[in-house]
Amino acid sequence: MKIIFFAKIRELMGKEEENVSFPEDVRTVNDMVSFLREYNRSYHNVFENYDFLIACDEELVDMDYKISETREIAIFPPVTGG
Amino acid sequence: MIDIRIQSSNFNFEEEIKKFQKNKIDGALVCFLGSVRDLNSGEELEKLEIEYYPKMAKKVLKETAKKAFYKWGLSQCLIIHRFGKLNVNEPIVLIITQTQHRKDAFRANEYIIDFLKINAPFWKKEHTNKESYWVEQNKKDLDINI
Repeated sequence: MKIIFFAKIRELMGKEEENVSFPEDVRTVNDMVSFLREYNRSYHNVFENYDFLIACDEELVDMDYKISETREIAIFPPVTGG
Repeated sequence: MIDIRIQSSNFNFEEEIKKFQKNKIDGALVCFLGSVRDLNSGEELEKLEIEYYPKMAKKVLKETAKKAFYKWGLSQCLIIHRFGKLNVNEPIVLIITQTQHRKDAFRANEYIIDFLKINAPFWKKEHTNKESYWVEQNKKDLDINI
């Protein structure tokens, strides 16, 4: 699945996007975060130490959102526009 | 009519208001203009950089304008949000709402900016003469009941 990053989280990850294959038991955003936390140090650092929001196909979602139909996941800090 | 623009170039808010004034029926027009401020003591702000998530930002602004449009019976609504590197005092965001009655125009405008502040995927990075850092979300914005 395609994961994209923005702003401070893009800088912390050191990249704009990447593709990650999730095992079948990763069903919700919460499962995904738990999986990525162990996937590598960068994700672990982001999820452990920074505030973040998750959007699935351009919609902000909660941790219990099911990601099976999602094409693109975005991880970014709380927004500061306007 | 709903008009949503996300652009790096500057805009002329007076010109935008003039376009709205061609409407001869709806006399209430509210305009919100947000600009780059320099609030850091001791450090001079050189540039404000705005990053955004293009597909989602357009979608969020459109949906927000649409909600306001129907809820307060607007005849016209314009949202312009800029990205890229901006100087102090340059405009960042313009929201114009127009309807028959002033209260609806005010409420719709406030709703749009409040909603945008906590939901639209834009991020500000300040570049001062000493360092660069991402602006933190103002927690007060989260307390607004929208």
